[in-house]
Amino acid sequence: MPDTPAIKIDVVYLARLREAFGVGSERVEPPQGVATARALREWLAARGGVWASELAPGRAVRMAVNHDLAGPEAPLRAGDEVAFFPPVTGG
Amino acid sequence: MPVRVQVQDFDVSRELGALRAGDARVGAVAAFVGTVRDVNDAAAVATMTLEHYPGMTEKALQAIVDEAKSRWDIVDALVIHRVGELAPADQIVLVGVTGAHRGEAFAACEFIIDHLKTRAPFWKKEATPAGARWVDARASDDDAAARWRLPEGGPGR
Repeated sequence: MPDTPAIKIDVVYLARLREAFGVGSERVEPPQGVATARALREWLAARGGVWASELAPGRAVRMAVNHDLAGPEAPLRAGDEVAFFPPVTGG
Repeated sequence: MPVRVQVQDFDVSRELGALRAGDARVGAVAAFVGTVRDVNDAAAVATMTLEHYPGMTEKALQAIVDEAKSRWDIVDALVIHRVGELAPADQIVLVGVTGAHRGEAFAACEFIIDHLKTRAPFWKKEATPAGARWVDARASDDDAAARWRLPEGGPGR
C-alpha cells in the first residue's frame, strides 16, 4: 500500500538500551505493515549492528505502549509512545 | 493513596505518621524499607544510580497500589521510590500500608513491593571497582510476584 501515509510513533529507550543505542527517544515512521509492538521491534532490529544484537529475539526486552506494559502483539496506532527497556530492577 | 518518585530522602516516621494521621479505623501499620547494600554479586558497590521512566512509573505504581486495595481490606497505602545517585546504606524505597488488622496490612505491603520489583520501570546501575554495570533482574523476584497470582476465574488479576 505505497499510497497509505506512514504512521508516526514515538519510541523511547531506557537504561542499558538507551546507552547501547546512544539515543533516548526518536520519532519513527515505520512502513504500514508494522502494526504491533513485536513488528516495531523487528523493524528496529533490521537496522543492524547494536540494534540487531540488543533487540534480537532471544534478548530479554520489555515493552510498554503509552506507559502500560505491553505484550508483543499489542497493536500500534499513530501517535503512540512505545518504550523498549530491560527487565526492571527497582525496589 | 500517594505514590511519589523523588530524588530526596524520606523520613519513615513522618511518612507513616502522615499516612495514618487522625484515622482511628487504623489498627495496624505495615512498612517495608529497601536500602542500598555495599556488595552485590560479589562486587563492592560504591554508588548506585536509579533511573526510571517518567510518566509510566507513577502510573505503574498507582496500578499496583489500586490492585492491593482491591484485594485486601486496607485503609490506605503509600509508595515512595527514590531516583538518582545513592550510596550504600541509603534508603531507596518505602512501602507503607494501614489497615484495621495486621494480616491484611502485612500481605498488601508484601504484594506491593513484590510487584514494584517486577512491574515498575526502575533500573539500577552500580559503580564498582571494575566499572559501572546495570544490575540484572533476578528470577527470584519474578517468583516472588508470581506467588500472588490468583487461581483462574478468581477475583482480581
